[in-house]
Amino acid sequence: MQNEQLMALSHRVRRHVIKMATNGGCFIGASLSCVDILTYLYGNWLNLHRDRLTDPDRDYCLLSKGHDVPALYGLFAELGFIEPERLGNHLRPDDDIYWHPNRNIPGIEFHSGSLGHLLSVGLGIALDIKLRGGPGRVVVVLGDGELNEGSVWEAALVAAAKGLDKLIAIVDRNGFQANTATEDLIPIEPIGQKFIAFGWSAARIDGHDFNALEQGLATIPLAAGRPSVIIADTVRGKGLPSISARADRWFCNFSPREIEMLLEELEGTRRAELESETIVAR
Amino acid sequence: MAQADERIIVMTAENRAAIRGLPARLGPRFVDVGICEQTLIGAAAGLALRGRIPVVHALASFLTMRAFEFIRTDVGIPRLPVKLVGSFAGFVSEANGPTHQALEDIALMRGIPGLNVWCPADLEDMLIGLPAILRDPAPYYIRYNHLPATVAHTDFQPGRAEILSHGEDVTLLTYGTFFGECLRAAEILRAQGISAGLVNLRTLKPIDTEALVSAARNSRLLVAVEDHFKIGGLYSILAETLFERGLAVPTLSLALDNHWFKPALMAEVLEYEGFTAAKISASVLQRIHEARS
Repeated sequence: MQNEQLMALSHRVRRHVIKMATNGGCFIGASLSCVDILTYLYGNWLNLHRDRLTDPDRDYCLLSKGHDVPALYGLFAELGFIEPERLGNHLRPDDDIYWHPNRNIPGIEFHSGSLGHLLSVGLGIALDIKLRGGPGRVVVVLGDGELNEGSVWEAALVAAAKGLDKLIAIVDRNGFQANTATEDLIPIEPIGQKFIAFGWSAARIDGHDFNALEQGLATIPLAAGRPSVIIADTVRGKGLPSISARADRWFCNFSPREIEMLLEELEGTRRAELESETIVAR
Repeated sequence: MAQADERIIVMTAENRAAIRGLPARLGPRFVDVGICEQTLIGAAAGLALRGRIPVVHALASFLTMRAFEFIRTDVGIPRLPVKLVGSFAGFVSEANGPTHQALEDIALMRGIPGLNVWCPADLEDMLIGLPAILRDPAPYYIRYNHLPATVAHTDFQPGRAEILSHGEDVTLLTYGTFFGECLRAAEILRAQGISAGLVNLRTLKPIDTEALVSAARNSRLLVAVEDHFKIGGLYSILAETLFERGLAVPTLSLALDNHWFKPALMAEVLEYEGFTAAKISASVLQRIHEARS
């Protein structure tokens, strides 16, 4: 896809995400920060087709932080993995579309929601691809707050020890975790240097710039024999200034009227006036 | 209470929903370690070794399961006075999905020697019991519950159940989230001419053995209602207790039997999984009618 098509696609995905932030709500900020990363991966990079979602030679994409899954479901609706109308089943007990990923949804490789699991699961998949031989690459999208979990760093050590250069971690570096800015709680920078010290190769890019995503992912592995990490600088709530300006907009459950205003804000035609409780923490 | 007692350190692994007001009031006695539950528990043990009473708060699933071996080894073996507060347990995790569903937390926690388990029925029940729990030198797992109270609760003592009513036909045994539903279910049953009792167990360890034995002797049916797996929770405790006492009475388990609950908002989960007052009472009535026919 050309950049214009990618931008149009990510815009439509953002509309889906916003529409899921009502009737019970969703983790809107983290979902909006990774939309462009996921749009680029699924639009241009992953060897994955909707008719061959279980092909053993496919590329894998694992969403480790999990609560950003509305972005993925929005993308799946646009790519024809699921019927777009199905997004309207969000939080209904007769479907499987809720706050974290469920494998019953076509395209979801593994469930998540408990942080710090999928780098090790991705490691296992990459290890088998190496053992059997095959073209598949494994992308694991990590949250920056998720890097608090020790299991991420255990997996990083093991992946480097096994020389898994088809394993790629992408850190959605939106700067926030649930309650606070990451650097105000347990500072995690310099992220790239930490991974490099653990035996990885690292690059840092603008996670909303499709040219930067293309360049960053063009030469994977970044170094032969090493797993790669791309630290993608992003904005929590990207596309909605009334959310991205607020550290406390993490989990949001908006009224239908607020959703209408946010959709208009996304189009740049107005600024939403939000009245819902600022924090509904989970 | 934490403000008044310098020994209390409130800790979390970045789950601040229930304790949002505390950081400013406690200053350095509020410790947020970030999202790392194992380190949270290890650090709490270290603080307890120095005479502190760590009150450790996290989502019940990650607290009791991610850090299970740290709880067992660093808190359980030395029996340190750490109070583990698990929030969003059972059905309270709503639409988060199985990763967040703590439905085996009680089974895990009560299996650790010396570690007690307290499951208050609502916010008022929790506030009544808290001073005694903090005074108790034992480690505790507390199934946090801030649902609004539906009755005026009586005084609290660890190991003593709150007996709200006696029933000759049936006694509903419950704790935590489902207390309010069971209260209404008992009313529905009475309106249908059933003599129904209700017991709020409060602490599942130590368990009020006498309350269970008394209910078994005076009721024709005992029903354990819980948002927990059938294995390892109240129904298991009931079975262990009755068997030890040589009591064989009809029982019914209303719990999650070998499956996760369907993720959705609370009202829909209760309806879908059959735990509204109407559905609880219907399940009990069906069992009573089966027994009579």
